[in-house]
Amino acid sequence: MTLPNAPEGATESKSAANATGDNGGVFVSPKQVSSDKIIGFADGNANAAVLRSIVFDAQTLNRSITRIAHEIVERNHGAHEIVLVGLYSRGVELAQRLAVAIERFENVRPNVGMLDVAFFRDDIGLRAVSPTGPTEVPDVSDRVVVLVDDVLFTGRTIRAALDAMKDLGRPKAVQLAVLVDRGHRELPIRADYVGKNLPTSLAEDVRVRLGEVDGGDDGVELWGPKEGLA
Amino acid sequence: MTKHLLSIDDLGGRDGIERILDLSESFLEITRRDMPKVPALRAKTVVSLFYEDSTRTRLSFETAAKRLSADTMTFSVSTSSVKKGESLLDTVQTIEAMGIDAIVVRHGASGAPQQVAQWSNASVINAGDGRHEHPTQALLDAFTLRKHRGPSLAGLKMVIVGDIRNSRVARSDIKIFSALGVQITLVGPKTLMPNSIVGWPVTVSHDLDEALIEADVVYLLRIQHERIGDALFPSLREYTARWGLTAERAARLKPDALVMHPGPMNRGIEIANEVADSPRSLVTEQVANGVAVRMAVLYDLLGTGGPVV
Repeated sequence: MTLPNAPEGATESKSAANATGDNGGVFVSPKQVSSDKIIGFADGNANAAVLRSIVFDAQTLNRSITRIAHEIVERNHGAHEIVLVGLYSRGVELAQRLAVAIERFENVRPNVGMLDVAFFRDDIGLRAVSPTGPTEVPDVSDRVVVLVDDVLFTGRTIRAALDAMKDLGRPKAVQLAVLVDRGHRELPIRADYVGKNLPTSLAEDVRVRLGEVDGGDDGVELWGPKEGLA
Repeated sequence: MTKHLLSIDDLGGRDGIERILDLSESFLEITRRDMPKVPALRAKTVVSLFYEDSTRTRLSFETAAKRLSADTMTFSVSTSSVKKGESLLDTVQTIEAMGIDAIVVRHGASGAPQQVAQWSNASVINAGDGRHEHPTQALLDAFTLRKHRGPSLAGLKMVIVGDIRNSRVARSDIKIFSALGVQITLVGPKTLMPNSIVGWPVTVSHDLDEALIEADVVYLLRIQHERIGDALFPSLREYTARWGLTAERAARLKPDALVMHPGPMNRGIEIANEVADSPRSLVTEQVANGVAVRMAVLYDLLGTGGPVV
């Protein structure tokens, strides 16, 4: 989740998004939005953003999760070694959904963990970094950890997650699954499983909505300034 | 929070208090990990500047700083140049010249941390000043009680017993618990009550047995030999008889009433052995929670790059 024109580096963190008001303004259901309609922010910010495209609706998002679940099992030769570790907040929900999807065709439900990376971030002191939830990760020794997050952007959250994992044990391997890869990496990090590669500009904003976390229907949307592509 | 934590007032009322208590929950979880350490305050330096004796507060702050990966330095008066007559100002300037981020101050004079804060660019945390305040003790008390009776403490009845006059813990606790909606009754001999409690959000009683009937929490203060001069009460034995939480008194408490004490306890004086070690006693838990709460305070002062809006 990012806010339009938010400073780079402050944009990828889930906790940043929470601290600053998750949707950055009014989240309008896609049904109410025509492609050229400007949606003003709740604070009356003149810097209005428009809906550029719908990346996933509920159905395609669900299909994407199912596909990633299959890829995880295929690559790891089964589900018995896997621990899915979600990064707060939406990564936790996605990890849970992946576990359910894997159980559907493997009859094994992988363990799911929850990881808060706030205190491992590299921008502490540059902005307000607050924790989001308790870290609960099952034993990862000799397991394959699949980190799960909603949007991969600069890679700094994942770096923090790798540092946090280091204190929780020594997994056999760590892999990364994300719903959307929006590019603009600032670190040498890539995802093993990607729902969708989405080229974006820095002025744009990928908005993920999961029913259990955000309310409403699932969906991923790309928002950005009306004029130009920044 | 403001740059310093000198008083409970700096927390900004109920919302600010609850924000620190919530943050403390995150750190409590970290302190229970196999690897109870996070890199959040790497390269920050925290100095403890203690002009009065302390075991738990100093160790608690130092543990908290280390679990946040901050560097720590300890300054204790007995082994320092203060023995040679160095003033507080010179000492602060010397420490500050080493490039530090926070000073944890304990001093016998009320207001000393305030003074240090004016001299220093670092964040100053009051770890107990004279008879004034001890804000982190109050935070850990509120955090501990909230674990048992939370999330809301509103409407709970707390009885604070003992040496209110000399107690900085009592002053901070009265502020924090009244901000959280707790009804407070102060009990103790008249000689150990403050000269004036005008404006304090408390009621005063001089009958412990009556006050205990309705109490949800009994907070016992330490009889401070070092601050009490001459005969403010006839004898320790008489103090125990009238104001101590004896086993008999504890037996008459409500079944779920809790007992707290800031430590160090004078067992057999303000609190009986059996009570101190009973399931109603939160004393050990208070100490354990102290580390998490102080991590939250240090993180909030040093880790956010300015006040959280």
